[in-house]
Amino acid sequence: MDAYREIILLLAATIRVATPLVLAAIAGMYSERSGVIDLALEGKMLAAAFASAAVAATTGSAWLGLGAGIAAAGALALVIAFACVTHRGNQVVAAMAVNIMVAGLAPALALAWFDQGGQTPQLDGPGQRFLGLVWPWSQAARRHPIPGLAYAELLSGHNIIVYFAAALVPASAWALYRTRFGLRLRAVGENPLAVDTAGISVNLLRYQASMISGVLCGVAGTYIATAASAGFVRDMTAGKGYLALAALIFGKWRPYPTLAACLLFAFADAGAARLQGVSLPGVGIVPVQFIIALPYILTVLLLAGFVGSSVAPKAIGVPYSKEK
Amino acid sequence: MNPAAKLPRWAEYGLLPLINLCAALLISGAIIRLIGESPWAALKLMVSGAFGAQDSIGYTLFYATDFVFTGLAVAVAFHAGLFNIGGEGQAYIGGLGVGLVGLAFGSWSPWIVIPLGVLSGCAFGAAWAFVPGWLQARRGSHIVITTIMANFIASALMTYLLVNVLIKPGQQSPETREFGPGAAMPAVHDVLARMGIEFAPSPFNLASLLALAACLFVWAFIWRTRWGYALRVVGQNPQAAVYAGISPGRTILVAMVLSGGLAGCLGVNELMGSQHRMLLDFPGGAGFVGIAVALMGRNHPLGILAASLLFGALYQGGSQLSFDMPHVNRDMVILIQGLVILFCGALENVFRAPLAAILGTAGRRPA
Repeated sequence: MDAYREIILLLAATIRVATPLVLAAIAGMYSERSGVIDLALEGKMLAAAFASAAVAATTGSAWLGLGAGIAAAGALALVIAFACVTHRGNQVVAAMAVNIMVAGLAPALALAWFDQGGQTPQLDGPGQRFLGLVWPWSQAARRHPIPGLAYAELLSGHNIIVYFAAALVPASAWALYRTRFGLRLRAVGENPLAVDTAGISVNLLRYQASMISGVLCGVAGTYIATAASAGFVRDMTAGKGYLALAALIFGKWRPYPTLAACLLFAFADAGAARLQGVSLPGVGIVPVQFIIALPYILTVLLLAGFVGSSVAPKAIGVPYSKEK
Repeated sequence: MNPAAKLPRWAEYGLLPLINLCAALLISGAIIRLIGESPWAALKLMVSGAFGAQDSIGYTLFYATDFVFTGLAVAVAFHAGLFNIGGEGQAYIGGLGVGLVGLAFGSWSPWIVIPLGVLSGCAFGAAWAFVPGWLQARRGSHIVITTIMANFIASALMTYLLVNVLIKPGQQSPETREFGPGAAMPAVHDVLARMGIEFAPSPFNLASLLALAACLFVWAFIWRTRWGYALRVVGQNPQAAVYAGISPGRTILVAMVLSGGLAGCLGVNELMGSQHRMLLDFPGGAGFVGIAVALMGRNHPLGILAASLLFGALYQGGSQLSFDMPHVNRDMVILIQGLVILFCGALENVFRAPLAAILGTAGRRPA
């Protein structure tokens, strides 16, 4: 019974860790499918984390925080689209610029506005955070652990952003494969010239994709600062943007495999916290650092074609110019 | 890397970077104003913090030395058309090479240990860069992604080594014991004192000479050797390179190994020159500063030298700033760094075209 309980709690932790990864990876999917490399997931999320925590702390409303997070990440997405789509700048350079700018600007503004050494105030008032929604009868269900505990921990008890992320994946799959917009999006990432010839604006599509990515990164950053924790601290995204990118590559730029990769990486992460110092039979103590590095090692191996293969959208990273 | 409008050399290497820098500073100034401090006063504080006293000049030059290494590393890869974001990880692993020499042979003569440390740092950094280079050259893996992943793997590896293996027994913080005396790169103020010149103490050390030598080496390599020529051809047109009998794969490997080796030298300055032991995260983001430095220095060693000095001054001045302005700290410098990357890199066409129009060179091919 204890092992069952452990597993359920581990899976519940996996869901919580996976949520920002799923949001960011799907965000990246829209942008990369349109042909714009999205290395700025990290920066957009960090900006949203700061903006949402700052606004939630000042106004007392998590929902206003969410709006601010989306606005901040969306503004950065607009900067990137302006540089990369309108001015055909280097996409990797633009993204790194955004990541570094936010890493400096967010703690700088936090220090200036809240005077707490680069953090925002602790969010502890009512309504300042996105808290878990307890589903009906989940307390009663705990009395019958199988399957009651699974119901109480896995289905019930998460905040609304988790459910949004869960719904986002099928919605994105539908949008990508079953709508006109999705068809055009996939086409513009593979062969922008063909899309242009068909009389559809390449730039508009890429702007739209970038903005979707910005909005979703805004939700992801808001989750990190106002749901998973209670306020903004320096560098709090801690590489999640790059991990999401790895998941996106691992999922071959498709919604469901990307979701699977996010869950796998999140499971490894949630497991690493519990495996600290625990000796596994036949393996011995697995260093936590190895588990942390595992998603990155796997992604490199995948990119190298040693375990399966993952082929990026063909036109990714190439600015489109009509004159050519 | 294919600019829309060509500019005369003085504008390409002088005026345009200057305009980009001014744009970055202007936005940072606006944000400082938004915070409620005076941008002008902040600028004055930063300049005096970076150059106002002997020890602050020493610190400025010390930071600049780091940035020369990482800036050159980014630039060499750029010339081959590769974007090496992995400078941070290569510097970290290169530092491991430097540190192992310092720990193992620290009791020997510095005349042996220091060159050994430099070679080891280069070799470790180069080896770490070789992997993404090889994957790009032979398996077609996107080097931007693999170098980013390599940064995280390096960080996890170093944490593991420092926490579990190399830690000085009987202490909590993950640091090694001090290197032996032979692994201490002489500080500039000590050298000057021996010549009878008094200079305030700072970590500024003779690794800066190595940085200057690296600049000279990169210049000679890129523009005066056949390998450098091959590198530039591959960077500008891989198909043409193949017709010219140049192997893009091998050239990519050469560029990445050189790039990693240069980044690996950071450990010589940071560890042998200043910390005298290995500790967590000693590159401290210098690998990313290298991107800004290379972009602003237009991938030329002279430009990189100047941009490194600028960023050294920003870093040193930025840490002084927080003493006098409690609401502004070094984070502001990271913002400036990001803005410089934005304007010099991603938005370079924004100022280039109008500048070319003003100078009347639009459409004219340069000599």
